[in-house]
Amino acid sequence: MAVIIDPLLIVVLLLNFFVLGASRMKSIISGSAAQGVVLGAIALLAHDEFGFQALLIALVTITLKGIGIPWMLGRALRDVGIRREVEPYIGLIPSLLVGALGTGLAILFAHALPLAKQSVGSLLVPTSLSTVLTGFILLTSRRKAISQVVGYLILENGVFIMGLTLVSAMPFLVEMGVLLDLLVGIFVMGIIVNHIQREYASLDTTRLSQLKG
Amino acid sequence: MNIALVLVAVSLAAGSGLFAAAAGFRTRFGDWIFACLMTLGCACGLVAAFGSMLRVGTVVWSHPWSVPGGLFQIRLDALAGMFLGQIFLIGAAGAIYALGYWPAHKHPRTAGRLRIFYGLMVAGMALLVIAENSILFIFSWEIMAIAAFFAVSTDDHLPAVRESGFVYLVATRVGTLLIIAMFAVLRAVTGSFSLAIHGLSGASSIGLALFILGLLGFGMKAGLMPLHVWLPGAHANAPSHVSALMSGVLIKMGIYGLIRLGSLFDTVPLWWGLVLFGLGIASAVLGVAFAIGQHDLKRLLAYHSVENIGIIVMGLGLSLIGRSTGHPTLVALGLAGALLHTWNHGLFKALLFLSAGSVIHAVGTREIDALGGLFRKLPWTSIAFLTGAVAICGLPPLNGFISELFIYIGMLRAGLYELGPVGVIASLGAPILALVGALAVACFVKVFGVVFLGGPRSHHGSTAHESPWPMLAPMALLAACCVTIGALPFLVVSILDHASVVWGTAPHQLSVRALAPLGPIGWLNLTLIVAVVLVAIVLARVSSRRRVAKGPTWDCGYSSPSPSMQYTASSFADGIVDMFGSVLRLRKNSPTLTQPFPSPSRFESHVPEVVLDLFITPIFRWIGRLASWARIIQPGSSHLYVTYILATLVVMLFIWH
Repeated sequence: MAVIIDPLLIVVLLLNFFVLGASRMKSIISGSAAQGVVLGAIALLAHDEFGFQALLIALVTITLKGIGIPWMLGRALRDVGIRREVEPYIGLIPSLLVGALGTGLAILFAHALPLAKQSVGSLLVPTSLSTVLTGFILLTSRRKAISQVVGYLILENGVFIMGLTLVSAMPFLVEMGVLLDLLVGIFVMGIIVNHIQREYASLDTTRLSQLKG
Repeated sequence: MNIALVLVAVSLAAGSGLFAAAAGFRTRFGDWIFACLMTLGCACGLVAAFGSMLRVGTVVWSHPWSVPGGLFQIRLDALAGMFLGQIFLIGAAGAIYALGYWPAHKHPRTAGRLRIFYGLMVAGMALLVIAENSILFIFSWEIMAIAAFFAVSTDDHLPAVRESGFVYLVATRVGTLLIIAMFAVLRAVTGSFSLAIHGLSGASSIGLALFILGLLGFGMKAGLMPLHVWLPGAHANAPSHVSALMSGVLIKMGIYGLIRLGSLFDTVPLWWGLVLFGLGIASAVLGVAFAIGQHDLKRLLAYHSVENIGIIVMGLGLSLIGRSTGHPTLVALGLAGALLHTWNHGLFKALLFLSAGSVIHAVGTREIDALGGLFRKLPWTSIAFLTGAVAICGLPPLNGFISELFIYIGMLRAGLYELGPVGVIASLGAPILALVGALAVACFVKVFGVVFLGGPRSHHGSTAHESPWPMLAPMALLAACCVTIGALPFLVVSILDHASVVWGTAPHQLSVRALAPLGPIGWLNLTLIVAVVLVAIVLARVSSRRRVAKGPTWDCGYSSPSPSMQYTASSFADGIVDMFGSVLRLRKNSPTLTQPFPSPSRFESHVPEVVLDLFITPIFRWIGRLASWARIIQPGSSHLYVTYILATLVVMLFIWH
């Protein structure tokens, strides 16, 4: 199984770098959408038996992460009319470098974690850690609310990959719960994006500090 | 069979609001679908409840449930059956009542969601009393508690409603936290999440932890005196059928929890019973004292819930005292009194809240001093309210008398046994309970006199009209139940005995049949009821034939008396409120008259929420001030917050490493 999954995980890693390095908002969103689709495929393959539940989870994942949320984000992008992430706190090249460093450390670090036997050799854990880190870099370094939403999305993707290492132990309900969590989270973020836009006529999240009493 | 019926009932109750929403949030059709599904579900549930009440024995059914530690295990026994019975009866009554009281065309914004949360409350409570697994218990508890929050804050455009909803939410979260802690301790002791446990020792430190956590957590929901802070506001501000369900049933879930908690233990220390007994006395006396000082009809009824929870907990405490001193008589009488009073209070308090809702429906205000003379305009509502009032005061011939009688007999018997100071304390409960009953009578004389008799005190109610049948029918049903239990008390004896078997681990189970003279009392009550009805009919005949002349009352020499010069609720209650002045902290704003012809002035009096205003709010404000130090790390940048999370994550990984 690792023969098919590992190349897909490498695609996920590459997409992380793509998102970190892209400056156009549209590319960032499509990068995360592509990652969602790949995750759906991985979820399908990671289950031991090719059952109804695996299919359902894969389908829901692809629909939500690959199509639904990117579509909503794309619409939000069109509504607010911004194209690029200008002046991030950390530049695109430095953030790529941090991402690369983090991925390297994650691969080293994954060996030191006390993991179950079947996930020791696999790329699942390092990919997961690296994806979580990518999400954090996006969250801390970007100003626009939409890139922040993408940051959360990618962070969740990392958590999702980590969950796949436990696929035989994790109950179906928990997996579905994680997906629901994500959907609700994105909805809330979408609403917040709208409100930020309406309140400050800008999507710059640094303006939020005005809210502090 | 019964299990299947209960599950059908729970599903129908939970789904009724959603089905109704599918039929239309704002249509009359949706109202009818909701009422029909709820009635159908509750009918199924009632069949199952009575099926399990009428025999001894436990049915357990379980189904795998993919929640960590959870097992969908449910248990039906007579004790659960007793609680199911009132949940479904009052649940159905409220759902039918809502047809007239909260129809979609009058409340287009809120009716749909109120239906959903009302159904969820009923479903959550029903699942809670049959849960045999602590995860399932907490799950259902939360469904009930959160649905109740949304139901209470239905009218969320009013600031008072939002405020009481918030107080309720905080209280219920704290209560849930304590209950989760209690179940965690239980899990640590027994090694499983199952609740089918008996024979723990109460004298250990584990027993102490379970008792304290359970008492606080369940006591919070039940509304025991210092923990009742959420109750008056929530009951007053919810729609009346929600108040009926909450006051009649939801707070009893706390009692249910306490009863189940008691059944876990083999031996209990004497002080547990004394603590419960003392808390019960405090709740009963202070609850009724606060009730007398209220001006708001529903807030007054809410304080009577505190009083009646106190009476129930007195019974429960008495039975625990009996268990630790080895007197099965006290166990049987105390528990039977507590259980029956749980039922009775559910019936008459729901009846009172529904009648109060009918009054509000007719006149549009809850202010007692603005009402008056409603008997002529709302005759059926008045009779229903009067029935509930007689029952809640514990007067014969209605049901409140029967359950209080058990507790009276138990307390007096405790004085006869050689129990030393404990016996003295327990028997002192009898005069205190009598005092509570007398104060309750005073309070309801005030309410009934001011609201239904006399003349209207304000323009409210000049256009009042009797409520439609969907509101009157549930009230009639509940009133009939009150009369039936009062007149035929021996019907419920075997149910009480079966329920006590579940609880008591005493080797010599006694039947209350042998301990209380129910036969003669039943006959006396029946005679009294028939006599009252006959006299009422005769008087009505006589007075309808006689011509009524209207004239001024004696006006103290004042030339033009007006209806606002009648006794008000405040003036009627003033003497009693003054007696409890040190506790009630009545605020009076009265003018001082200096000259012979004083200028117009106002008099105001107000009974504050003493515990909330004087203790809880200052404590929370103090915590808030302390917590404001934490704002140093809150500069307002979301990027920095995420960095905090990242730093925590890295540190945790590092420590793990």
